Amino acid sequence: MSILTNPQLWASTLAMAVPLALPAIGGTFSERTGVVNIAMEGIMLMGAFFGVSFAYWTHSAWLGAIGGMLMGGLLSAVFAWAAIRLAADQVVLGMAINIFAAGLTTFLLDTVFGYGGTPPDTPQLPTWSIPGLSHIPFVGAFFTNQSVLVYIMLILVGLSHWFLFHTRLGLRMRAVGENPLAADTAGLNVWRLRYTGVIIGGLLSALGGVYLSLGILNSFDVNMTNGRGYIALAAMIFGKWTPLGSFGASLLFGFATALGIALQGNGISANLLGMLPYVLTILALAGLVGRSKPPAADGIPYTPQR
Amino acid sequence: MTKFLEVINLVKHFPGVKANDGVNLTVHAGEVHSILGENGAGKSTLMKLIYGLYQPDSGEIRLDGKPVHFSSPRDAIRAGIGMVHQHFMLIPALTVTDNIVLGDEPGGIRYHRSEAEARVRALSEQYRLHVDPTARVEQLSVGLQQRVEILKALYRKAKLLILDEPTALLTPQETEELFAVVKHLKEQGIPVVFISHKLDEVRAIADTITVMRAGKTVQTLPIGDATPQQLANLMVGREVVLRIDKQPANPSGVVLNVENLHVVNSARQEKVRGVSMQVRAGEIFGLAGIDGNGQTELVDAIAGLLPVAGGRIHFQDQDITHLSTAERTARGIAYVPQDRQLDGLVLDFTLTENAILRDFHKHPFSKFGVMFSQPAKAYAEKLIHLFDVRPKDITRKAGDLSGGNQQKVILAREVSREPQLLIAVQPTRGLDVGAIEGIHRQLLRLRDEGKAILLVSLELDEILSLSDRIGVLHGGRLVGVVPGETATREQLGLMMTGMSQEQATKEGTTS
Repeated sequence: MSILTNPQLWASTLAMAVPLALPAIGGTFSERTGVVNIAMEGIMLMGAFFGVSFAYWTHSAWLGAIGGMLMGGLLSAVFAWAAIRLAADQVVLGMAINIFAAGLTTFLLDTVFGYGGTPPDTPQLPTWSIPGLSHIPFVGAFFTNQSVLVYIMLILVGLSHWFLFHTRLGLRMRAVGENPLAADTAGLNVWRLRYTGVIIGGLLSALGGVYLSLGILNSFDVNMTNGRGYIALAAMIFGKWTPLGSFGASLLFGFATALGIALQGNGISANLLGMLPYVLTILALAGLVGRSKPPAADGIPYTPQR
Repeated sequence: MTKFLEVINLVKHFPGVKANDGVNLTVHAGEVHSILGENGAGKSTLMKLIYGLYQPDSGEIRLDGKPVHFSSPRDAIRAGIGMVHQHFMLIPALTVTDNIVLGDEPGGIRYHRSEAEARVRALSEQYRLHVDPTARVEQLSVGLQQRVEILKALYRKAKLLILDEPTALLTPQETEELFAVVKHLKEQGIPVVFISHKLDEVRAIADTITVMRAGKTVQTLPIGDATPQQLANLMVGREVVLRIDKQPANPSGVVLNVENLHVVNSARQEKVRGVSMQVRAGEIFGLAGIDGNGQTELVDAIAGLLPVAGGRIHFQDQDITHLSTAERTARGIAYVPQDRQLDGLVLDFTLTENAILRDFHKHPFSKFGVMFSQPAKAYAEKLIHLFDVRPKDITRKAGDLSGGNQQKVILAREVSREPQLLIAVQPTRGLDVGAIEGIHRQLLRLRDEGKAILLVSLELDEILSLSDRIGVLHGGRLVGVVPGETATREQLGLMMTGMSQEQATKEGTTS
């Protein structure tokens, strides 16, 4: 039990939650406007690869992070165009984006950087300690030597919640995800709102990828997201398609991962704990752990009748 | 009176159809103007043209004397046209206020929810459309949802309100309330365009009536000049029989005998509490009652769709209480369900496939699990000719047909199996006068051939014009059974509220 009282476990839980919470909230933005998004895995890979690449090319980790986000946003814009304008099947499309991104980043890693991988002198995003807070006993661990993206994520969680539920644009985006025809007759531009949701989601998901390559490390590995985009999907569902819920679920899943690492060598399989997110998601969808209901028009393309 | 809205020679084609073919309409300020026409006459197309959802091929729309062009509903809303669609354009997961202000919310970047609620409250006071601004729309009854739709239009400063088949989903009480709202709007100077195919409603609410038929406006006349018969003839384009003359019934033996039946629905409420009744060959037994008083559960139990909690059902002297639906069907019970699109037909299947839906596994349609298409096609051809289903094309999908023709397909399928008992639940719901007449004739023909018919309907007129005997349900009990010949609306109406037969007869004659 001494493991559970070790503040390092909880600090690590928060760190593990970042690459889940950001794409989970990204997915929330997309699905709240009615576009089913399972492409977070691929968009994260884009963010991770181009984050490192831009950081190397510009010698600035910050410019790298922005570049990675923009490239992820670009891929999500392509996804949005096919899903919204061409009304393609969103699940198939999301899968295609994931496979495409895995292939592209692997190819570019070899072509651009060769077999040695990304150079070791690539800059990394800084870690910060928050002066006053880091000295509080126990809780202080949350605010000591954490990647700057941990703090940015915390801000984005609150900002996303406020944006979706307390702004006019947020109301409109949610309306479009529930009943696009009603929104259209109320004079809203359904397509534009959906593009907005998917691309905001893409930027957030890509930032989750940037965290993996520039936040924890300063390098990119083939398929380094390792299924986190799918766990984020589970976190989004478990969090009932809300930013706060997605964050809470990400913390829970992050805890499972952190615990798995802490327990290594104690005879409990980390793989077993790794299953937890999916088991919880199935229970949530089946209505056993709180009812989780998607936006009513999620996944249904809208064609204005003229 | 000043002309508020003018539609001049409007034409709109769709591939293969002239949906609107030279439509003319003038709505004056301060009037309730009803557009009357059968399903498919072009009423909805006209409204979508006025509302900017469709663009006309030719013709002109004028508002306050000025020609207007709406390329989207946004333009129409801005010009002061409000529309309440037949299928509500609401977002169930959002609140009443969110729905009303959507697209024109108070606030800058932030959404000022409390200010929006205050505005909605003020608006509902002004127009006497009371509804809780903080409630979620999914929690509201259909009648209240309609109020939200009307408030939505008024919030956008509608100067004209279009109501598309507004009473289709309402209870009689909700309809009364809607009429009060419409009258109040008229007093406040907002003209209302009221689209309907129900004659009595139009006569109750409209000042002026424009009749549409086959994409054309046939005639516009003030309410005072119009008799129901005249309006029905204008709508259909021929002489329509509103109340069918029928031969006296010639009933013989008891076909269906229900004894002390108790039925519990899926929500575990006891909806049928000890009903005993008999239906004889050669008669139509009508079941009247306010919706939700056990009619659905009673007939579902007879058809085998709900288990029986107590009592017995005998069919042709055999106990069928615990038989499956398939076994009951095989013994000669046919069922025309309430929701024809959900339970009656497979909309994505062709007419041929729908025609053999109950018998596809039997000779001559299949053998050893292999289906034969030729007998099925021949059978479907026979059915659609016998029941005059249009279009006469067995390769069409059921979903392509109009409601009346869909109902004919179901009726044809059920009747051609030579049942001894036909259960028909709301067989003419949502159909127009011409189609209703056709279905009624078929039911009477079956009766005269000696079949037993159990008719469930919420329309008292339908019950009265068809039934030989009428049973009235209230609270899951049979209040009484009265002969169809002597029954009156008043008597049945009182019995539907639970009053006994003797009392209702007395009250009905003295009042």
